[in-house]
Amino acid sequence: MLNRREFVKSIGAMAASATALGAFATAQAQARGGAHVVVVGGGYGGATAAKYLRMWSNGAVRVTLVERERSFVSCPISNLVVAGVRQLDDITLSYDNLRSKWGVEIVTGEVVAIDVARRQMQLADGTTLNYDRAVLSPGIDFLPELIEGLAGNEELLPHAWKAGPQTALLRRQLEAMEPGGVFAIHIPGVPYRCPPGPYERACVAAHYLKTHKPGSKLILLDTNPDIQSKKGLFMTAFNELYSDVIEYRPSSTLRRVDAQARRLELEFDTLEADVVNVIPPMRAGRIVDQLGVPLVNDRWVDVEWLSLEVKGAPNVHVLGDALFPAPAMPKSGHMANQHAKVAAAAILNLLAGREPNPTPVVMNTCYSFVDDGSAMHVASVHQYDVEKQTFLAVEGSGGVSTAASHLEGQYALVWAKNVWADMLA
Amino acid sequence: MKTTMAAAILCLLGAAGIAQAQDPDLARNLAATCANCHGTNGHSAGGMDSLAGEAPDRMMRKLMEFRSGERPATIMHQIAKGYTEDQLRLIAEFFAKQ
Repeated sequence: MLNRREFVKSIGAMAASATALGAFATAQAQARGGAHVVVVGGGYGGATAAKYLRMWSNGAVRVTLVERERSFVSCPISNLVVAGVRQLDDITLSYDNLRSKWGVEIVTGEVVAIDVARRQMQLADGTTLNYDRAVLSPGIDFLPELIEGLAGNEELLPHAWKAGPQTALLRRQLEAMEPGGVFAIHIPGVPYRCPPGPYERACVAAHYLKTHKPGSKLILLDTNPDIQSKKGLFMTAFNELYSDVIEYRPSSTLRRVDAQARRLELEFDTLEADVVNVIPPMRAGRIVDQLGVPLVNDRWVDVEWLSLEVKGAPNVHVLGDALFPAPAMPKSGHMANQHAKVAAAAILNLLAGREPNPTPVVMNTCYSFVDDGSAMHVASVHQYDVEKQTFLAVEGSGGVSTAASHLEGQYALVWAKNVWADMLA
Repeated sequence: MKTTMAAAILCLLGAAGIAQAQDPDLARNLAATCANCHGTNGHSAGGMDSLAGEAPDRMMRKLMEFRSGERPATIMHQIAKGYTEDQLRLIAEFFAKQ
């Protein structure tokens, strides 16, 4: 605890540093004709950051969004595409509103180099972008080299863990499978993008197999020793809905694959399947290697949670799945959207010479389908803890559904509609 | 008397400290955590209740009922428990003005 004198002194010091910082930031912004923020990656984190920076600055801050793809394809709901309940078109959205309604400058391209000291980015086509602050929301990249024989074989053994052509490919392979066939899914060790996602995929694919490919089996190979999210609810679905389809095998580490033969070698076992979905181990999107900072476990980015500014890389903020998460914080699209809002608010404060909001809150909601219409949720609320300097899940808050239901199936689709609008409309 | 006075001054100082520490955009930032489901600034994109323009007392009553478990819900009873009463009040007041 501060005594009164120290308290008054610290407030004074804070005010003084804020004023000095403010003058500097203002001079800088004026010299450049308005601050410029470059956002890299137009997913749940990046698109939200771009929109909210424009909205909350009333258009005063220039925002450029660099994205490789021309449209956004959502990972959430993509398991329904794999199961044939939805089409790829249903989860594909345009970036047009960000441009026309919010004034975000959209560059279709790829950032290949970042000079943190010069606050400069290089695009693959040679273009240079200068920034006052950068936001990287690069999602994940895969580490297929950790499983022998996997690298370069993503057409034969699709991951479908980045929505788009891979989603459609896995769908086609399932459709082409003969009734009575075997579909194998491999889950990497934690942490990976979307903890409940693989179990949801198993459920909705099992529903498809049960109704369209009678006699088929689904083998769920989990590197982890147990179901990683909504455990009781998924156990219920596996046992009550799909006991004749799904075989769940925990602690199944995939050592080697023969892609042509679709043969999977585990530690103590080998199996062959007709369709194989290997979700590879993952890490932060590789562009973060440009920041020149050490990654946690060589994979994830460490940030100051009040601003999501990267430790050791000033003026660069990282969001979403690429982060080394706070305790009990999932790698989810919903959470990336929430990160984006904390970062956008902090960036606008910092550009104005103020400290970031000292009491941010983020929350997560994640729905999983168990068939073509019923879903269940997990929710959590995370408040910033001053002492621990991280977000902590609020004790007694959050939780899961009592059971999967059609009502929550409706809510899951409504969630998608609203979160897509929150980031892109 | 002297002690009471000192305590009162400390309380005032404390209050001033909190006021100074609170971000001027705190209500906006807190309300933005609701937007994923309820729409940007509480304007729902469809299928979910819009929160924009709702009377703050009415919304506060609902939120407190979710928080206590009095009001049945699929998910809001779990979410409302993650926010303090002060935070919920700021959120309700923000949406009322949208």
